[in-house]
Formats: sequence, C-alpha cells, structure tokens
Amino acid sequence: MQRIGVFVCHCGTNIAGTVDVVAVAKALGQEPGVVFSTEYQYMCSESGQQLMRAAIREHKLTGVVVCSCSPRMHEATFRKAAALEGVNPYMVEIANIREHVSWIHKDMAEATEKAVILGRAAIAKVHLNAPLQAGESPVTKRALVIGGGIAGIQTALDIAEAGFEVDIVEKSPTIGGKMAQLDKTFPTLDCAACILTPKMVDAAQNEKINIFAYSELESVKGYIGNFKAQIRRKARFVDETKCTGCGICTEKCPQKKVPNEFNMGLDNRRAIYIPFAQAVPKVATIDANYCTMMKTGKCGICSKVCGTGAIDYTQKDTVIEREYGAIVVATGFNPIDAKVYNEYGYMDSPDVVTSLELERLMNAAGPTNGTLLRPSDKTHPHTIVFVQCVGSRCDETDERGKPYCSKICCMYTAKHAMLIREKYPDTDVYVFYIDVRTPGKNFDEFYRRAVEQYGVHYIKGQVGKVVEQNGKLHVQASDLLANEQLHIDADLVVLATAIEPDKTARSLGTMLTASMDTNDFFTEAHPKLRPVESPTAGIFLSGVCQGPKDIPETVSQASACAAKVIGVLAKDKLTCNPCVAHSDELLCNGCSSCEKVCPYGAISYSDKEFRGPNRTTLIRRVASVNPAVCQGCGACTVACPSGAMDLKGFSNKQIMAEVDAICK
Amino acid sequence: MQVNEYKPKIVAFCCNWCSYAGADGAGSARLAYPAEVKIIRVPCSCRVNPMFILRAFQRGADGVIIAGCHPGDCHYTSGNYFTRRRMALLFSMLDYLGIERERTRVEWISAAEGAKFSKTMSEFAATVASLGENKRLEDLRCKQ
Amino acid sequence: MSHGNNAAEQVLRSSGVDVRKCMRCGKCTATCPAFDEMEYHPHQFVYMVEKGEIDKLAASPSIYKCLSCFACVERCPRGVEPAKLVEAVRLAVIRKQGMNHLATDAIPALLDEEMPQQALVSALRKYSK
Repeated sequence: MQRIGVFVCHCGTNIAGTVDVVAVAKALGQEPGVVFSTEYQYMCSESGQQLMRAAIREHKLTGVVVCSCSPRMHEATFRKAAALEGVNPYMVEIANIREHVSWIHKDMAEATEKAVILGRAAIAKVHLNAPLQAGESPVTKRALVIGGGIAGIQTALDIAEAGFEVDIVEKSPTIGGKMAQLDKTFPTLDCAACILTPKMVDAAQNEKINIFAYSELESVKGYIGNFKAQIRRKARFVDETKCTGCGICTEKCPQKKVPNEFNMGLDNRRAIYIPFAQAVPKVATIDANYCTMMKTGKCGICSKVCGTGAIDYTQKDTVIEREYGAIVVATGFNPIDAKVYNEYGYMDSPDVVTSLELERLMNAAGPTNGTLLRPSDKTHPHTIVFVQCVGSRCDETDERGKPYCSKICCMYTAKHAMLIREKYPDTDVYVFYIDVRTPGKNFDEFYRRAVEQYGVHYIKGQVGKVVEQNGKLHVQASDLLANEQLHIDADLVVLATAIEPDKTARSLGTMLTASMDTNDFFTEAHPKLRPVESPTAGIFLSGVCQGPKDIPETVSQASACAAKVIGVLAKDKLTCNPCVAHSDELLCNGCSSCEKVCPYGAISYSDKEFRGPNRTTLIRRVASVNPAVCQGCGACTVACPSGAMDLKGFSNKQIMAEVDAICK
Repeated sequence: MQVNEYKPKIVAFCCNWCSYAGADGAGSARLAYPAEVKIIRVPCSCRVNPMFILRAFQRGADGVIIAGCHPGDCHYTSGNYFTRRRMALLFSMLDYLGIERERTRVEWISAAEGAKFSKTMSEFAATVASLGENKRLEDLRCKQ
Repeated sequence: MSHGNNAAEQVLRSSGVDVRKCMRCGKCTATCPAFDEMEYHPHQFVYMVEKGEIDKLAASPSIYKCLSCFACVERCPRGVEPAKLVEAVRLAVIRKQGMNHLATDAIPALLDEEMPQQALVSALRKYSK
C-alpha cells in the first residue's frame, strides 16, 4: 500500500477563487492510502515545496498528488522536489484543477466537486505508479539550422561561437534571406546590406559552420540528441569548389529574359546567375528552366567563358546524410500575394507595388540603381499613396487575408515615407492607416518624425479602390476623422502586404512533428516562458517562422534560440523519457503487431529460451523495446493482442483506475 | 434550477501534445465548458485502448470523447491515424451493441485551438445530455 | 451602447451583423460609390448601430440613397457587412410606416435605359417590403 500525500494549491485566488480548496483537501484526505492532505497558498513557491518535502519526510510518503495548475506547467518542479527527498519523481501525479477546473467553471460547488473527482483519479493512478529510472542517450554535437536568413545566420554564428558545429541548409542559391533584399532598416536607417553582409561573410568563414545553400531538407528521423537528416543538394550545374564567382558567365549568357526574383521580378537576370553581388556562397547557378543549353543542347557559352572549368551541365542532385543533436527552424516568411486584392489594381497597373518591391526600387543595387522611378514609364512619382494592413487583421472568415497583425508594416511604411520625403521633397506622400502600431525602442519617435519633421500625410482611413486612368492611379479612400471620401490622383501606390510563413513551413512541421498553429506559424512550447522551443524536444524556433517579428526582435530570438541549442549540445548525455513501452515476455506471442505500428522502429524480435513444463526448454520469439529509441506514444500497447505490451507511467491499469475514479 | 438536474458523466481522453494543451489553452482563455467533462491525459490518442472506453461505459460513463492532434500533426508521426481507424471500428461495434454513435467521438484539436476545445466539449456534453443516461453497457455490480 | 435598446437589437437581429467585429478601418466608406449622396456613411452606420442611435439613422435619407451595391460588404476585411445594416434600418422603417417608400408600380417610370439590372433588383428590395 502506498502512503500518499495530497497537496492542494490555492494559486493565490486563481484556484481558491472558485474551488473550495479546504473542502478538496479534506475530501481527498479520506481516500484510501492518503495519509496526509493539506492545502497551501502557492505550492510551486519555495516555501510550498519545502512544505511538501517536510511532509514527505514526516509522513514517510511514497507517493504525491498535487492538485494545482497544468502538469505542463509545474510537473517538473514537483517531481524535482520529491526527488530531493528520495521519492522517485515518477511517483508524483498532478491533478489539473486550474486550467481544467477553476478557470473554466464559475459555480463553486460544481468546481469543487470536479476538483475532488480529478484528485481522486490522480490518487487512484499514484496507487499503481511504480518508480521509474530514466535512461540516457548520447548527444551528437552538431546543430542543423534550416533557413539562412538573418535568424538562421545569427543562430548559427552564436552556436559556432560556443564551439559547436552548425550546418545551415538554405533552399535558395545564397544565404541572406529577406533582409538582403531590404534597402534601409528602421529605426536607425542604416543600410541592410551594410549590417547583414558582414555576418554572411562571418558565417562563411567560420570553420564550425557549413553552409549548404541551394539545398533542401529531404527527411528527418530520430529524436533530441540523435537526429538523422537527409539533405538534397540541388544541382547548380556549376562546381562550387571551382567557381570563383567572377561573374563572366552571368555577363555572357545570351538568355537575358529571366524574371529576377531577387528584385521581385522588376527586372531580368540571365539563365546563369549570382543573385546579388555579396551572395554567400558567391557561386553561379544555372536556372535549368531557362538555360538554352539545358533545353536544346545548343549554346554552352558559359562553359566556354569560364576560366576555371566550373560549368558542368551533367551535374545531378546529391543527397547527403548528416547527424545532429538539435534542429533549429528558421524558415522565415514571404509577403502574401497581392494579386487577390484586385480592388487595389495590383494586376492592372505596374505602378501598384508591394512594399518589398518598393525596397528594391529604392535600393542602390536594385533595378533602378536606387532612383525611385515608376515601373510603368520610368518617371519620378510625385504623389505616392501607401496602403497599410493589406491582408493583415482580417476576420477569420476572410479568405484573402490573415487574422493577425503583421507587426512590421507600420514601421517600414514610416521608413519608406520618410526616405522618399527626404530624397524627393517635392513628393506628396499619403499613408492610409487603421492604427499606427509602433511599440519598440525608438519606434514611436521614428513614426512621429515621419509626420512632424518630414511632413508625411497620415490619414486615418482606408483605400477602397485604385483605378488606372490616363497614366495616373485614381485612389478613392476614406478619411474617417474628417468623415470624408478622398479622391487622390497618385503616381505610385504601395501596398503593405501581410506576411505569412514560408510555404515550406507546413511540410517541414510535419517532417519534424513540430506543432503549428492555424496560420502555419510554429507553436512554441510555452508562449511566455519557452518562446524559442517547439513542444517537440530538440526542435528550436528562430525568427518569423514562430510569429511576425522585426529585425531586432528576430536577432534577439535567434540568439536566445542558440543559447537553448547550446544547452543541449553541451551535455554529453541526455536523460531519456522513462515512460516507454515494455513487453512482458511471458505474455508475448511473437505476432509482430507491435513492431508494425511502431513509428520509431524501437521494437525488435528475438528468439529466447524459456523454461517449459517438466524441465524442458522452449524457444519462443518475443518482442523487446529499445528504451533509448522508444518515445512512449503507446501505439504498440493497443496493437498487442495478448496484452503483453504496456506503457510505463501510463499503464493499462493506471488509466483504467483513472477511468474508474472519474465514473464513480 | 432543478435540484436533481441530470448531469452526464463524460470521459475525455486527450493527447498530451495537442488536445491536452488545447484544454489548457481553453482554461487560460477562460472559455467555459461543462464540468461533466473530465479529462484523462494520455501521451498520444493512439494510447487509448478500446478497453478503456468499454471500461468507462461499464462504469457508467454516458459519453467518451478522444481528442488528438490533427491528422499529419501527430507528435509521434502517425499515432492519430491508428486512433482514427481503431475508433471507427470500435464505435461501429458499440453502435451495434446499442451505444448510440453520438455518445462516442474522435476530435482533432491542436494546442492552439482552445476555443475549439471548449466548443467541442460543450457540444458533445449537450448531445450526450440529450441522449440521457447510458444503460446499455453499464455494469450495475460496479455501482456502490 | 445597444444594451437594452430594442430598435438596435431588432436591427442587429434582422441583419445578422456583428457590429463588434468592426475595427474602424473605414474601407467600407472608402469604397462606397454613393458617398456624396449619403448623410451617414457606411462606417457611421456600423458605429451608430453599435451605439444604439437607430432613430437618427431611420430619419436620414441615407437609407434610401444606399445603392445596395454591397461593395462595402465585399471589401470589409472583418466581415461586418455594413450594407445589411442599412437594409435592416430601412426595413424597420418601412414596416413601421406600414407602407412602401415607393410603390412597385412607380418604379418603371423612374428607370432609365442605362440603369444596370442589379439596380432594378436592389430598388425593389430597397423600396418595398
């Protein structure tokens, strides 16, 4: 018989406000096996833990039930406290009477009754708990970073700084991500390339960092400390080791009509190209969809002009396999497609551009060499209208937009407006806003400067439609404060389109079994306390893949993420989850059902000798579980027809005891 | 309010990674659902043995709901696919035995869907309440 | 606010509009082709219904000036549907008066050749029960 102690937490008034904690402690004290029952203000506090430890000592408790918040919150805290008194941590069970009781029910009698029932279920379970010993598994001391934008680069640099190897896998030909496309950055207005490219070079030169650009993750297997990943290195048709990045091939290539994705399709590049001057690795890539040689077999000019013989039209994709201890997701974002907003005429006029397109139009290395010209007739725009919240903050039922605030648009629009007014003071700039959201250090001051110092017209209202008329863009908009409808003949309209997670995020989430929200942002383990970790152990989140962020925030999150990764890699061994499956060899009939359902291949069969009747020996085929590989899902326990397979910590008997307690 | 208002007994098996977290989310957002719903935490929805459900009905539960991660999002890659198939079979068998289909349910609720959790549980509790007490599989010997 | 205001509740119920969804962006008013004709504009309809000022709206010619083109409904990022509020106020007025604002027979005389078919349909919806 267990000697069980029950500890009911008030959680201030969070629980005690709706649950009669004294009555719960009293009722649970009557349960068989319970030798001690009490309630306390804050069980998780130091003094609460001391109280629990003293009770364990005094009453020689063998099992503990804490009625408190979710086990996802403080299970580890209470297990640790119990362990300090020599009670096996897996002899502690939590009854969740905060999230599942006090926070959702208003009626005190009802809530108290439910709390008692949940407490009884936990007590019933503890009666059947057995001490569990966690095993250990080794750690591969290398991290994988998926995505080579500023988030991925920063995380990789910080991990490398601590002395661990890092691989960056980037799907495009160069690292740098979205930040490389930006002109200036708010609120300091320093040029994006000036602060990003040194980091790119640092990453390339760091001997601990391997950059696999133009590569994609093919598959991931394993678990924290022991991931195995297959990486597809897409054929560049250029030998990376020979190419010096001189760029002669990109000048001589006769195929000049390829939309330049780096410049948002505002100009063209060649079929063999280096995305931009500071690309890392600075290696040319042949775009097989456009290359005349690849398509017709007739051309080969790049091969002829290449001084190092780096061009190889027969190159094939290769798949490499690497092992990792931790994986960082830094897949970033894309602006949504403005095509769906036909009221703004994005498809009708080239002079309706997105903000990212405007970045390229203003960038010195962009299609207009930094002179702001209308894409249609290459003239200076004199009246520019900015539309905020295009596709952000929409209702959940809205098919075109996103329900969240994209966070960065208010600031970059203020930046654009300011830069334009500074460079071209004869330009009228209108910004239509719903709210101006500028929380952040020096952010509101920045926006106010745009209004007060640079004379940008901020108008509380929205643009209803944009129609092209005689080379002008007729903008119909509302001014809510004046209660007017405005008609502006603009030369350029800029849409602050919402941002969304990269399209690859969803399939990556499935591959890593990392959970995502309905908008395809990765979910963090805890929204406040564990913001850079995925609930899946060993998977970490960096940058916009977790939620909209600006550059300063992305960089700080990237470094935080690196700290968490280093915490894993610095360990020689990781403690495994002891709640794993195990097979009762005497019951196992060797049917292989469990082996077939195991997603990890943790179950194997072997012939074993058993003692038979009359001193004979029987050889039977029985299952055994590798506890280091088993993740404890329990699929095998249900598949097993003879009931030989059970899950430690969540055994058939334990769960049925809980069912019984609840249905009593 | 009636004194002896009928309150069904409902057992909800929630997977640790998605639905249990979803239930926590419902709590954090103070989204109420009936107190009849009692949650049992399991590592994965595929841990739910049909035996547990039979046991619940035997012990007088009026409804059983199993909540797991959305298909494709299982923390253990494929657990919820097993759940889907196993429960489809079990529920049709229970139906044959006279346990109405509405008393059993499988739902996919992610960690971010606190609102869905609360809505699903409220709906399910209302449906089960409208069916009244489960008498078919209840073992009266288990009654005290 | 609209709590306890019968007229406002009736408008909310018959229109099925959730005015609390509005985030005051003003896209409805920006998009309204009848803006110049209207005393109260689509965004004001939403806000005034929320505040319970149905009398003001009912007395305003705005409810007959709305073209029922539903551009505001189509463009609203929050799914608020201001035109349905205009229609609900109009209906409330017509019901109370016990007569149509315009007799159906009188409509053909007011038609001109270039009037789109949709305007005819919406006219019937607007001016009669």
